[in-house]
Amino acid sequence: MTVDASAIEGVFRAESGRAVASLVRFFGDIDIAEEAVQDAFEIALRRWPEHGLPPSPAGWIITTAKNRGIDRLRRESSRDDRHRQAVLLNTKEEVESGTVEDDRLRLIFTCCHPSLAQEAQVALTLRLIAGLQTPEIARALLVSEPTMAQRLVRAKGKIRANNIPYRVPTDAELPDRLSPVLAVVYLIYNEGHVATSGQALMRDDLCAEAIRLARLLVQLMPDEAEAQGLLALLLLTEARRPARTGADGALVRLADQDRGLWDRALIDEGHALVRACLRRNMPGPYQIQAAIAAVHADAATTEATEWSQIVQLYDQLMAIAPSPIVDLNRAIAISEIDGPESALDIVERLDLDGYHLFHAVRGDLLERLARHDEAAAAYGRSLELATNDVERDHLRRRLDHLNAH
Amino acid sequence: MTQYLLSVHMPADFQPPSPEVMQKMFDDVDKFNQKLQADGSWVFAGGLHPAEMSTVVRAENGKVVTTDGPYVEAKEHVGGFWIIEAPDLDAALKLAAEGSQACGGAVEVRPFQDNPS
Repeated sequence: MTVDASAIEGVFRAESGRAVASLVRFFGDIDIAEEAVQDAFEIALRRWPEHGLPPSPAGWIITTAKNRGIDRLRRESSRDDRHRQAVLLNTKEEVESGTVEDDRLRLIFTCCHPSLAQEAQVALTLRLIAGLQTPEIARALLVSEPTMAQRLVRAKGKIRANNIPYRVPTDAELPDRLSPVLAVVYLIYNEGHVATSGQALMRDDLCAEAIRLARLLVQLMPDEAEAQGLLALLLLTEARRPARTGADGALVRLADQDRGLWDRALIDEGHALVRACLRRNMPGPYQIQAAIAAVHADAATTEATEWSQIVQLYDQLMAIAPSPIVDLNRAIAISEIDGPESALDIVERLDLDGYHLFHAVRGDLLERLARHDEAAAAYGRSLELATNDVERDHLRRRLDHLNAH
Repeated sequence: MTQYLLSVHMPADFQPPSPEVMQKMFDDVDKFNQKLQADGSWVFAGGLHPAEMSTVVRAENGKVVTTDGPYVEAKEHVGGFWIIEAPDLDAALKLAAEGSQACGGAVEVRPFQDNPS
């Protein structure tokens, strides 16, 4: 059997998160774990093309990395490096394959510790759990490579200096500690879904990573309804992706999308998760948003959408997680039932002046009410605030259309 | 085990509350201190006089310059602190939350570098 470098890259991508997580527990240090796993892959790149894949590539990587890490620590601790000496003294626990899943869960909670800034949480999660390389993360999040490298170094330094633990929070702490974890995965998806800036509307790689992470969370925490809700929400949003942009790359609004292009397999999977959540009857913000996406997915057209059910779900969302953004989305649903005037009444009360979609929604409602000058002003304001080129083009087209009247 | 500095940040224009509230604060802090000593987390603690009581000394090129403090004019100053020992940051944050509750100020948690022993 021949094994080429790209196959080994594939194994690296799939397995490095797991390997790093178990070695972090073994060595109690992220940098040492990362170096050891990197070493193991370099050995794999030399050996596997010649000897073929080992029976268990993941197990081989963990064992090899562990041995390399110990060797390296022994070598380097002859220098005056008390930290490495101390690590070596404490590496007694065996790495067992059965605890590997727990190791990843521990490390996710470390990466998303509330004492770390959210941008650091995102970077660490992509690096350590998703196994992305620093240049890939920098590209995906549109920061320079040195900036991203520095952000990761600083975050890992904070974990070490503060002795942030590698452990799964207790049941009592879990609700507080789970929410930043889910927020990070949601943020990664969102950044891929509507890239903050740049030319393409979506950055596919980030969406794919976020879904992979959400799947991992569901697998690691099968009892957490909100983790399932998050996965369902991402799948149902992802299902619309083929219809979200036209052939020319332009944005297509939900109402105008060709629903035949929606990915049925993702919708079915999302639906099944939403139904499972409903049976648990432990509603949370992600589950409700997933349920809203599921109602949209059920409808053959905008007109056939069960808007009253959507409004009801938004009411429920407002009750447990009120925010002006939720109110804005609820107003859109209201406009489909009671008309644009009622919706505008709600929208005018919202304090969202800095949010480009607020002005876009306002513009749309005003346009439907034939208040064209005000609509144009609203679209103009939205255009000033929007940073994604595809969204900006869409707004410009709306504005041109309006001015043509 | 890691040692952490828990510093209490108070607004510079802090107005002392009523004697009753003040007394309750003292009692709560005292109870918290006793708890720290009982469970072995205690290293040191103290409350400070207001920042305007401080003096800044800077030794440079063999010369000593002494000025009326504080070092930084800020809206908030350290009003007191604890030094504790805890197994990890989560344990330290939990104690910091109890300390904040007791003294009524925001508490900054900052790890010490390892002992050079």
